[in-house]
Amino acid sequence: MSEYILEMHDVVKRFPGVVALKGVQLKVRPGTVHALMGENGAGKSTLMKCLIGLHAPTSGRVIYKDQEVSFSNTLTAMQAGISMIHQELSPVPERSVCDNVWLGREPRKGLVVDHKKMYQDCIKLFERMNLDIDPNEKMGNLTVAKMQQIEIAKAISFDSSIVIMDEPTSALTETETENLFRIIADLKSKNVAVIYISHKMDEIFRISDDITVYRDGEYVASDRAGNLDIDKVIQLMVGREIKNAFTKVDCKIGETVLKVENLSAGRAVKNVSFELRKGEILGFAGLVGAGRTETAEVIYGLRNKTGGKIYKDGQELKINSPEDAIANKIAYLTEDRRGNGILGILDIVTNTTISSLKDYGFPINYKKMSEDTQKHIDQLGIKTPSMNTPIKNLSGGNQQKVLVGRSLLTDPDILIVDEPTRGIDVGAKSEIHSIISKLAAQGKAIILISSELPEVMGMSDRILVMHEGDMTGIVDRSEATQELIMKYATSSVDVDTKAS
Amino acid sequence: MEAEKNTRADSDKKQLALKQLVSQNSIWLALIVMVLLVSILRPQFFTSDNLFTLLQGESIKGVMAFGVMFAILSKGIDLSMGSVVALVAVICASFAQNADAANRLLGGFGPLPAPVIWLIGIAIGLIIGCVIGALIAYTKIPAFIATLGAQLICRALSKMYSTQPVSNLSPSFRVIGRGNTIIIIFVIFFIIGAFLLTQTRFGKNIYAIGGNDQAAQVAGINVEKNIIKLYAWCSMCAAVGGILLAARTGSADPSTYGLNYELDAIAAATIGGTSHSGGICRVTGVLAGILIMGVINNGLVILGVDDNMTNVIKGLIIVGAVIFDMRKNVKRA
Repeated sequence: MSEYILEMHDVVKRFPGVVALKGVQLKVRPGTVHALMGENGAGKSTLMKCLIGLHAPTSGRVIYKDQEVSFSNTLTAMQAGISMIHQELSPVPERSVCDNVWLGREPRKGLVVDHKKMYQDCIKLFERMNLDIDPNEKMGNLTVAKMQQIEIAKAISFDSSIVIMDEPTSALTETETENLFRIIADLKSKNVAVIYISHKMDEIFRISDDITVYRDGEYVASDRAGNLDIDKVIQLMVGREIKNAFTKVDCKIGETVLKVENLSAGRAVKNVSFELRKGEILGFAGLVGAGRTETAEVIYGLRNKTGGKIYKDGQELKINSPEDAIANKIAYLTEDRRGNGILGILDIVTNTTISSLKDYGFPINYKKMSEDTQKHIDQLGIKTPSMNTPIKNLSGGNQQKVLVGRSLLTDPDILIVDEPTRGIDVGAKSEIHSIISKLAAQGKAIILISSELPEVMGMSDRILVMHEGDMTGIVDRSEATQELIMKYATSSVDVDTKAS
Repeated sequence: MEAEKNTRADSDKKQLALKQLVSQNSIWLALIVMVLLVSILRPQFFTSDNLFTLLQGESIKGVMAFGVMFAILSKGIDLSMGSVVALVAVICASFAQNADAANRLLGGFGPLPAPVIWLIGIAIGLIIGCVIGALIAYTKIPAFIATLGAQLICRALSKMYSTQPVSNLSPSFRVIGRGNTIIIIFVIFFIIGAFLLTQTRFGKNIYAIGGNDQAAQVAGINVEKNIIKLYAWCSMCAAVGGILLAARTGSADPSTYGLNYELDAIAAATIGGTSHSGGICRVTGVLAGILIMGVINNGLVILGVDDNMTNVIKGLIIVGAVIFDMRKNVKRA
């Protein structure tokens, strides 16, 4: 019996125009948490997708439980005991939780599906994982966090020997993350190996036994977590030393450009008021569900306001659609780039220019489109084989940069960015922070919605905290501590909300 | 080392470009093969007389295909087009009946000057399209259902408008349906369709809506307005089809005219690579699809194949084309 439950040797994966994996290795010991680290585009997700049969590797050997294997589809991989919980979940929203868990392998009584058994098995499974979810609830009504927990339950129900988790905590609160770690510890105790892909250093060093680092499709190094530290890993990932957290470069803060007065949107947003000035970054902190995204949606015309007023440059605004918002020089980068951000099958040129089509004349001046797109590719450091590549082929970080380019082309005065670095690697994260900082220096007013405290605290001049639709506090950068923000984020007590 | 990497990346790109070129134009290869096959079996297929007949036969559905491709591109469909053909045909015919015709539908009224009748027909198409578009855009019911309803309603309206075929139409009205004029109109709609699709904001908006309508909205596109414009264009193409059909045949039968035309138009657009999951469409592909349908319709007749067998073959080709197309787009490498 080998020391390893999984060995991957010299795996190569070519896509049209790009070699995603250039001959990489991986060795996973049973019953351990093995972290895969690397910038976006390093190949971690691609390697895992090759393992479970979503991609067919161009070459290479995979040895699982001492046998050479090659899975042609995810079902055979799952049945063999390897499950993957993807970064971007794809449940069937209209069906119940129960249906989703047993999808494709519903228990039968003769010819008919045994719904009772399905329900009971579900209850048992959830009890094992300490999950408080009703199996009959419609999947689409659940939060991202709960859907993820269900994915994990699904993986466990396959009696997996290896569970791969791709950015599992990107949409979870701290409590939910703790619960996840408990589940992982439980898996370990049952000799299940967990392959953990994440960009969150603290988490990695908290729970991992082993760490393997990849860079640009190549294997860099692998070691026990105890022999490494954060700086060493970052160095291996990017091949150079970079600062851990980016701080906003100080710049001149000008006059008020946006004034929001007692903004309400049903129960999601209740009496939110603030001012935003040129050159300022106003952070929106809070837990998942606090109402920050909903507030942004009202300002951007994606959600109906039920009360309050919005003023820009002193004039009251009537915004009923994103079209109106853009015309008023307000831009918004949504938190769900795959769901409502990128136009997946369309190319980068289209994705970049789609919000400013009126600037390209009639008939369309394609030359100008290409030039503008190339300019953004250069300025924002977008890594892509060509500007005609479908945007879905790009890594998350590069997709985000294209969306930033799209917003910038509309020449906004106000830019709202919602979780701009979620699921993005350290290098690209730093680049995006740098871009946002530069935009503030150019006089743009920025609202930064983020659930990552270091990001909010490092980047914001002031931090507005929300809790369950209420605005619970505005804190100046100089007074901000993680504890203070967390207090506002978790309390429904009316705290002094003087907008400084 | 860098140089090696670069030349390998370059040759990779060239290989990729070549592969893309071949796969995007594979439909033309298929067309050429089909033409060759039929011509070898029946040389009279490949005469200029017959080829013009083929084009004349496909022109009306061709115009409709350049309409419905927008609907499919937006992840919708338009099943009402055949009924709009009938409705517009019969209304225009009624205005075009010669003064001396027996049993004139409109009694002593008319005939109107031909250009006026054409404009009336086009206007009817635009109005129907706006109604369909507004229905789909604002109530969010599936396009399949909305246009199915329109299909039934328009066919019924045609039969209510006239219980009998309307015939004996004025020569000035009929002139656009004669001979090769109809082919010229087909080419004009190809050009307009191509222009709308690739050179206008409208075209880009439809691509975006078809690709991801939520993302399109977030990006600032007025989804409702664009959907209304789309179906207005689509129904207008059907209306033009109706005018041409009445002009060409000199008559308009409300019960049978245009029946199932939308299926041929949809088939042509689909064979031409327009994806029903939205966001993918090439006008040249649709053109090739129309020509392939022409070769099937015309060629199989010359080969002596009966109607039913022809439909079997059409069905197989449509399914085959989509399977081939999907494998191209959903690559697993």
